[in-house]
Parts: sequence; C-alpha cells; structure tokens
Amino acid sequence: MRSGPTWFNVTSLVLGFTFLYLPIVILVIFSFNESRLVTVWGGFSTKWYVELFKNKQLLDAAWVTLKVAFLSASIATVLGTMAALVLVRSGRFVGRSLFSGMIFAPLVMPEVILGLSLLLLFVAMDQARGFWTVMIAHTTFAMCYVAVVVQSRLVGFDKSIEEAAEDLGCPPVRSFFLITLPIIFPGVLAGWMLAFTLSLDDLVIASFTTGPGATTLPMKIYSQVRLGVTPEINAICTILVVLVTFGVIAASLASKRQELQRAHDERAAFGAN
Amino acid sequence: MAKKTLGPVRREFTPWEDTAAEPFIEFRNVTKRFGDFVAVDNLSLKIYEREFFALLGGSGCGKTTMMRMLAGFETPTSGQIFLDGQDLAGIPAFRRPSNMMFQSYALFPHMSVENNIAFGLKQDKLPKSEIDDRVAEMLRLTKLEQFAKRKPHQLSGGQRQRVALARSLAKRPKVLLLDEPLGALDRKLREETQFELMALQEDLKMTFLIVTHDQEEAMTVADRIAVMDQGQLVQVATPAEIYETPNSKFVANFIGDVNLIETKVVEASPSQTRLEAMMGGFLIETDQTTSARPGDTVWYAIRPEKVRVAKGKAEPGSVNAVNGPVWDIAYLGDVSIIHAKIGEGDFDTLKSTFANVTRVVEDPITWYDDVVLTFDRNAGVILDR
Repeated sequence: MRSGPTWFNVTSLVLGFTFLYLPIVILVIFSFNESRLVTVWGGFSTKWYVELFKNKQLLDAAWVTLKVAFLSASIATVLGTMAALVLVRSGRFVGRSLFSGMIFAPLVMPEVILGLSLLLLFVAMDQARGFWTVMIAHTTFAMCYVAVVVQSRLVGFDKSIEEAAEDLGCPPVRSFFLITLPIIFPGVLAGWMLAFTLSLDDLVIASFTTGPGATTLPMKIYSQVRLGVTPEINAICTILVVLVTFGVIAASLASKRQELQRAHDERAAFGAN
Repeated sequence: MAKKTLGPVRREFTPWEDTAAEPFIEFRNVTKRFGDFVAVDNLSLKIYEREFFALLGGSGCGKTTMMRMLAGFETPTSGQIFLDGQDLAGIPAFRRPSNMMFQSYALFPHMSVENNIAFGLKQDKLPKSEIDDRVAEMLRLTKLEQFAKRKPHQLSGGQRQRVALARSLAKRPKVLLLDEPLGALDRKLREETQFELMALQEDLKMTFLIVTHDQEEAMTVADRIAVMDQGQLVQVATPAEIYETPNSKFVANFIGDVNLIETKVVEASPSQTRLEAMMGGFLIETDQTTSARPGDTVWYAIRPEKVRVAKGKAEPGSVNAVNGPVWDIAYLGDVSIIHAKIGEGDFDTLKSTFANVTRVVEDPITWYDDVVLTFDRNAGVILDR
C-alpha cells in the first residue's frame, strides 16, 4: 500500500485544523494586541494581562467558578461512582431500567430544560439562589458523566478480585476501599476531571440557577461580550486555553509513560522465565 | 498371595471406608437454582479431613457452584453445608475458614507479590512479625522469594499461579478450594504443578477440594473423585474405581477412552453372564453378574488397552474374541491405537491401544490387515444405564 500524504489526506487535515484551531489562534494573537479595538492590530503588548489581574470582578468570577467546579466535581464523583457500582454490580432489581434511564437522561436532555427544571425546583423549595444552588445543579448533571466513565471501567473489572479479598477475610466495604477503588481509580479520576471541565465551562445551567454574588466566569465573559469584547476577555481565555492544553498534555504523557513502564515490566517478566 | 486391588496403586489413606469417621465437609441435600436452571440438584456429599477431593465434570455441571456455595459466594436454595461440624448457613464469605484459589488467579494488581500474600493475614490483624514470617514461609514454599517485590503484571503465568496459591495458603485455611487452578498453564508446567500440589497437600496435612474439567488432572491429584453431570453426582470413588468400574455409560465415556458395546443378554446366572454383541455378533463371557434378564439390552464397556490385537482370525465359536480388518491406525509415539471394523455399520469399530515397547517391529500391522481382537473374561464391565 502506498503510504505518505495524498491530496485528500492533506486537504482533510488542513480543513480540520483550520476549523478547530483558527478561532483559538486568532483569540490568542489578539490577547497580545496593544489596541483597545479587538479587531484592529495595534502592535504587541501584554498590558491586557496586567489589566486582567487588576480586574477584581473577573478574578472573583474565576474564583467562584473554580470553587463550584471543584466541589461539584468531587460530589458528582462520589455519587456517580456509587450509581455506576449499583448499575454494574447489583444485577437486576425493581426499577433498574428506570434508574439507569434517569442517570443517563441529563446526557441527552437539552441544557435549557435541565436548567429550567432545576430553577423551578429551587423556587419551589424556596431556596435562595446563589453559590450552593449552582454547585448542586452542576453536581446533578456532572454526576451522569462520571457514572458513564466509571461504569465502563467497572464492566471490565474482574469481580473475582473482590471475591478473593472477601474470601481472605475482608468485609465488603473494606474490600471496596482496599481493592476495588484503587483498581478503578483511573476511571474515577477521569470522571472527576470530566465533571470539573464541564462545570468550568457551563453557561446555561449556571445562568438559570445562580443568584446574586455567585457569577461564574463563563457568565461574566458572556455578559461582558454583549457589551463589547475587550482584550481582557481574550487574555483570560488565552490563560484558560493554556491551562487546558497543559492539562491534556500532562494527562496523555502520564498515561503514555505508564504504558511504556508496563510494557517494560512485562518484557522483564518474560525474560526472567 | 497379595491382596488384589483395582489398578496398580494401593492406598493407605481411606477414611471414606471407615463408617465411624466424621465427615469434615458435608453437603446435605443441597439444591441451588438460578431462576429456572437447576445448577445443583438435591446433592449430598461427604468429604473427609486431609482428603484431596476432586469435583469433575463438564461445563455447567454444577461443580463450580458447589465450590462457590462452600466458599460463601452463593447461598444454597435449600439444604445444608457443614464444615468441621459447623453449619455454614448465614456465615458470610469473609468469616468462613476456607480459602479459595481462583481460576483467573484474581491477584490484586496494585499490590506486590508479598502484599498479595500478606493481605489475608492483615485482615486477621496478626502482629507484623508473624505476618512477615508467614509471608517469607509462603514465598519459600512456592519458590517466589526473588519475586517478592514485583507486581502481578511483571510475572509470567506460572509465577502468578504460584502467587495465587501462596496467597490462598497463607492463612492456613481448614480447606483449600482450587477452582480450575491449572487451566491457564501449558501442559508441561501443568503436570509439574500437579505433583507440586500433591506434595504440598501431603506436607501441610490440609484438606484440598479441587474443581476441574480435566480428568487427567483429577486422576493425578485426587484421593477421590466425584463425577458430576447436570447438578448431580454420578459416581464418587477413587480414581482407579472410577476408571475400572464406572457405574454408567456417562462415567465410562467421560473418564478415559472406552469401547461401549451394545449387547443382548444371553445368559444371566449367579456365576457368570453371557452377552451377544449387537455389532459383529460375537459372544462375551464374564464372571460379573447383572440384574438384567436374558433378552435385555445392556452395554459392555471395555477400555482399549485391555483389548489385545494380533494378526489372524478368531476361531469359529470362540468367546471374548472378534475379528475384522484394520480400519484406522494412530501412532502416538508412546502408544498406538488400532480401530478394527467388526460390524457392517460405519462406526462399528473396536479400539485397541498398546504400548510401543520396542523401537523396531517386525511385520507390523497395517491398514486392511485381518486382525483378531481378544480380551480377558473380566476386562470389561456391564453397564445398564
């Protein structure tokens, strides 16, 4: 077979990268724009980054967002892992399909409807809206993503490993923490990261469920953009892009390293025979 | 004159023949259903202390369910299970005094070999020095000292198997349960390990219960074998008894190779039985008695190695002899198998195996040679089911 680039491959690659990354590249470039006008290049400058760190409102919003994302991701991870365990392990029980449907509904439900229904719930409960309501709302929809990720990890899990722990005198709850959790931990961690990211960039649900004093970064950016894009927004977005990029690269490097280590260990094992 | 026994091995250890002996493990009328499927059907079984006992059967015969009920992973639908006089009902798996070696080994992938072995001891909250001693002893017993710090994925299949064994032995359980323990090993290693297991069981003076579908494995390691089919015990006996006196066509077929000859009873006297084979129409005479009446159909099971083969023709009217042309020959190195066609039908053949005791054979048997197959009066058994 002929390898190497064909005109079709090259075209798809260029088109793909253009659609995916051109907007981001433009955003990054204009974050270093000297000019106040977003669309006119006025020379290189980092002054908007300096401005950004003086903008208390934006920084507050970023801090709220991080807190919401961290808390909701953590709670969603616990709940989602429990839901996944029930779905994979408990076999058949009355209401299983209903439960599994309910767990996965938020994956396909329009965010607007989810946000609205949560808002109605909070109103009905006469709950003052703010930080905690956003956090709870994010937990609700992030939980199902965690459940999906952890479930896929659990399906490939050899149940006899847990049975072995029990057989050796370990009660079920302890064997979960000593055996099961360490083994499915990569899945749980991936679920947490997914939940964190989803919470970080959610605009719709946060808008529905937030109240005074709990403006998240996406909401802040969105409301500012409506008044006109300032280069400050470009700067903070660039920082987010850089953070996410580093996260992704670090995660893929770590998993690559683990794979190499494993391959190396296996070679060592078979060499030792 | 020395006492006659079945097979070439005389056993010293036969607690099952002692009617006063207390069973160590007892299944009493145990039934296990999964929905409509009956995995174990009203089964009773006694296993004695220090026995190496094998549950043998094809897949889905209920043997693994038996073991899992003993370990506490399944609850019997009805019936009782006793271990060392204690009714196991209601006792969860983690409090039962048995340990199991899993078919998949089920090693803890995130723990080193020594931590795998120490896991059960830590659950018992033993002092650290004692745990260390016990782990060191297990590592030595299973020749794993140099692998103590490795993780399971850094080990070969045979080494993993030994870790699993060491881990299940570390707590010195009252009974060790082995679920197809050698299934994943290659043939040579499996044979070695079978003998290691037997030596280990002898040294540790423990009761071993092994579940296997491999009849050779069961015959090698076990004091007694229970052959299972469709949730029931078909025969429980020593390997020699199972091989030499199978109680049914199922057992005869399942264990080893056999010629099953459909016959009609000609004479059934208290001193001997005469049968006429449906294929080939030859006469079989045996000292065995049968409850079948003349004219009934019974089966005569004879192992191929007990059928002698020679060139020539049977004398007319001779008994326990039949002749026909050689239909097939298989040379396996250590033994050869000859199929002689003794009837009209395509499958009316009789098998004979013989050891190739010499390297060079003068005038060997070849295809389409006329051969005569003979056997002793008591070489086979009459089966009526």
